[in-house]
Formats: sequence, C-alpha cells, structure tokens
Amino acid sequence: MATTMSRPKPEPISKPPRQLPFPLSLYQTAVGKKWVMALTGIGLLGFVLAHMIGNLHLYEGPVELREYAETLRDIGTEVIPRTWFLWGFRLGLIAMFALHIHAAYTLKAMSVKANPSSSVLDGTKKYEGGQDFIAVNFAGRTMVASGTIVGLFIVYHLADLTWGVLPWVDYERGDPYHNVVSSLENWPVALLYIVANILLAMHIFHGTWSLFQSLGINNPRYNGARRAFAGSIAAVILIGNLSFPILVQAGLVDEDNCTAPCGITGEEVEAEEAGQ
Amino acid sequence: MNTINLTLEVWRQSGPAADGGFVTYEANDVAEDMSFLEMLDLVNEQLIATGEEPIEFESDCREGICGTCGVMINGKAHGPEKATATCQLHMRKFDDGDHIVVEPWRATSFPIIKDLAVDRSPLDDIVTAGGFIGVNTGSAPDANLIPVPKETADAAFDAAACIGCGACVAACPNSAAQLFTSAKIQHLNLLPQGQAERWKRTEAMVETMEQFFGSCTNHGECTEACPKEIPLDFIAYTNRDYVKSKIKNRKLAGQS
Ligand code: HEM
Ligand code: SF4
Ligand code: FES
Repeated sequence: MATTMSRPKPEPISKPPRQLPFPLSLYQTAVGKKWVMALTGIGLLGFVLAHMIGNLHLYEGPVELREYAETLRDIGTEVIPRTWFLWGFRLGLIAMFALHIHAAYTLKAMSVKANPSSSVLDGTKKYEGGQDFIAVNFAGRTMVASGTIVGLFIVYHLADLTWGVLPWVDYERGDPYHNVVSSLENWPVALLYIVANILLAMHIFHGTWSLFQSLGINNPRYNGARRAFAGSIAAVILIGNLSFPILVQAGLVDEDNCTAPCGITGEEVEAEEAGQ
Repeated sequence: MNTINLTLEVWRQSGPAADGGFVTYEANDVAEDMSFLEMLDLVNEQLIATGEEPIEFESDCREGICGTCGVMINGKAHGPEKATATCQLHMRKFDDGDHIVVEPWRATSFPIIKDLAVDRSPLDDIVTAGGFIGVNTGSAPDANLIPVPKETADAAFDAAACIGCGACVAACPNSAAQLFTSAKIQHLNLLPQGQAERWKRTEAMVETMEQFFGSCTNHGECTEACPKEIPLDFIAYTNRDYVKSKIKNRKLAGQS
C-alpha cells in the first residue's frame, strides 16, 4: 500500500551573514574569497619566482650572494631608511599569506559542510562505493594539504636561513652562502627541501590554472594555453628550487667551490673591502 | 538479441532519516538495447514479483532532456558514457558479468528521499532567486525584434542546454553547484533580454547557491559529468559578473 511521506524542504546549510560595507562584503562570499585567494596567490607566486631567481646568485659565489642580499636591504635608501623597504615588503607578504590561508580554510570548511559524512581531512569523500574521478587531478585534490605543508616548511625555512636558530646549522649572520651550504649539507634537510618544493610546485600547478577561472579571465583564444602556462611556471620554479639542495648534496656547491677565500664571514669580507 | 547478466550493488534506504546500505541483486537476461533505467525497471519487476519493495529512482522523459534521472554508476555521475544522462545510457556499454555499483547523488543539500531518489529542490531555490526576465505581457512581440548576434545566441544556447539534473553537484568533490548556477545565470546574462536584471540576478543567484552548496575549486569534474557538457567557461563569466554585480548593485542602491 502506498504511504504518503511528508518531508521538510532542505534547509540552507549556512545563513547569509549581515552584509558589511562594500569591499568587505566581497570577502563574506565564497566567490569573493576566491578572488582574494587568486590575487594573493598571484602575489605569492611572484614572490616565489623572484626568490628562486634571486637565489641563483648562489652559483656566482659567496661574495655575490652576499652582495645580492645586501642589495635587497638597500632598496629605496634614497627615500626611506635602510631595510624599511624590505620590511614593508615582508609585511605585505605576511598579509598575503594570512588572507590566503584564512580564505583557504574557511572555504574548505564550507565544502566539508556541503558534503555528507566528510571530515576536514577527507572533505572530498562522498560516496560509500567510492568515486571514479575523471578530471580531478592529485594536485587539485590536495591543495589544502600541500598548502599546509608548504606553510609549515616556510616556517622551518625562516628558522633555518633567516633567523638562524637551528642547532644543526652553523649559522653566521651576513654569510648566506655559508649558511645555505651548512644547512643543505645534511641529507635529511636536503630531502625536506626537495619534498616541500615538489609539493609547492604541485600547489602552483593547480593554483595557476585555477586563478584564471576564479578571476573570470576567460578568452576562447587563450584558454587552451592556461594549463600549459601553469605547467611551465610550476616546472621553472621546481627546477630552480630543487637545484639548490641537489647541487649542494652532489658536492658541486660547497665551501671550496667559491670565488672568494672560503669560509670567510660577511664581516670579514666587509673588513677586507674597507681595508682596500 | 544479445543479453547480458549483471551483478548490481544498489543503495537501499527506506527514508530520509533511515540508515542505508548496499544490497546485491542479480540482473539476468538484460537486453543490450535497454537503457540503464529500463534495466532497473526489469529488476524492479522481479522484486515486485517476489513481494519485495522495488528500488526507488527518478525519471521522466527518458530521452535526456528533462533532468529528472541521475544516479552514480560505478562512481561516475550518470555512468561511464560522456555527455549522456542515465536514461540515455545503454546496457551495451556494459559487459556480461559486470559488477555495477549504483548510488544516489550525495550532497548535504540533496537529502535522500528514498533509495536512489534525492531532493534537489535547492537548485529550484537558486533559479527562483533570479533566473527570470521581466517582459511586458499582452500580444506576442514580433520575432527578431531584438537582434542577437549569432555568437551570443550560440553561447546563451549552450548555457540554456542545462537540464538541471544535479550531476555537477554530485560529481564535485566540494558539492559545489557552480556549473548549474553559472549555466542558469549566463543563459540570461548573455542575452539582451537578460540585461535589465543582470546584476541583481547574478548577486541573488550566487548568494542563494552559497547557502546550500560548497565552494568551487576549479577541478572541472562537473563538466565531465554533465550530460550536456556545459563548459567551465560559464563559471569564469559568473565569477567576473559577480564581483561586478557587487559594485553595480551598490551604485544602484545609491551608496556610491
Ligand atoms: C608560497 C606559497 C603559496 C603560493 C605561491 C600559492 C599560490 C596559490 C595560487 C596561485 C592559488 C590559486 C587561487 C585560485 O584558485 O584562485 C592558490 C590556491 C590555494 N592555496 Fe595557495 N599558495 C601558497 C601557499 C598556500 C598555503 C600556505 C596554503 C595553506 C593552507 C594554501 C592553500 C591554498 C588553497 C586551499 C587553495 C585553493 C585551491 C583551489 O582553489 O583549488 N596556499 N594558491
Ligand atoms: S550543468 Fe550539467 S550536470 Fe549540472 S545540472 Fe545542468 S545539465 Fe546537470
Ligand atoms: S529521464 Fe529525463 S533526462 Fe533522464
């Protein structure tokens, strides 16, 4: 016998928040947050690319690498005191990271809520019988994981070569060449750098394609090139960044392979230069 | 006529709040010319004959144009055939002895009604929020009174092809409804007739969508599952229109 069932209509899973004034109201919505993710992603991408290219000074030798590092501190000294530009730049980076990460986690939370029986870790699991993906690639599915690991790696990297607080690295302020070699000589450290940079490249591979969609940059003429562009950027950054740990491990970059007297510290170079 | 024998694992759930689980059925002597739904009909006839409750699933037109049907078949929305709704999927695409897992669409906002039938009414809420245009009533306007460039007409038609089946939500790892919503928004936003409400429509439909569904991460799984192959481009257009709508609607409201 047929029975009539009455069911309630599906309720919204989230109520719209009270609207904030205009530019802020964008950040209250998922589409607006994706714009923020894309824009901060472009900023971070620019930084990662410039950082990689700048680090290629390593292959010129200790003096050149040190000079490059000093140059960064000197930018803008015509107008503002020394290192102010660098600090402004760092604050900008921190803000971009904060927004990028906050948007990432809140959007992820929204998607987890939209999926039945999913946890934050496997927010993509929906089907008891499993799902057979057609388009979703590994890079796309692991964005939160790769992003989180890259974020933690960045903290390690700062502790390693910026703050110089790791006991297994013979850190000498002002001598980046020596520090890089002394850090990457340990094979577990080199391995960590390699793994983290592979994850970063994966993140960039999906991110660089994704940002075009998020920002609505879509032109039938160039759409085909977007994946290739994302792949190239990820590959260039990957090759550059992997070369450092690999070449140090291979012994091609070491304390003896320098154009200046080896083992000298930044202060000694400065003293030498001043004495001439 | 060629026939095949299959083993089905079908999700059975007696009601919205009940616990569900897979039940295994043998489907024998399935004609290869049957559609997937006709195969389920066959199984149901056997179930009814033995006094069991038939498998609940939805369908209407059975010719791929209404958007009523749709189940996960072996982990793929609408099954393994590209650009094909479940009702248009033929059993000749399967081999004798195949093991087929059949599961309902899953998303928090698609609660299961019974077995393979889910409530997709949140998609209607999205359309209600802005999927319309204003026209004068009265006598029908002359044809071609409003010229529409061919490219525009084609693009709008591509978007209008969406049958509202919900496969995009089902396939999306985030349960986002971006493809459906974008198709419904762009179908009208692209045309001259849709301009008057363009910015209100975009804002209202996107924000209704976000109350029910997840956040798009541009995986592209939706387009692959879509029986009408709605392209991802409409999602990009909608993301662009949405931010514009926030700026424009603010101006319309006299806040600038
Ligand atoms: C140097 C570091 C990073 C770079 C260069 C970067 C770059 C990008 C880019 C370009 C996007 C695309 C934005 C879009 O889809 O519109 C993106 C998305 C994303 N990022 Fe990052 N990101 C970095 C660090 C992080 C960190 C630390 C997290 C931590 C959780 C993270 C999590 C995410 C997530 C979850 C997405 C969204 C993925 C998607 O839409 O599919 N990222 N990132
Ligand atoms: S966009 Fe495609 S998959 Fe989504 S509801 Fe429309 S027809 Fe179905
Ligand atoms: S029953 Fe109408 S589209 Fe399948």
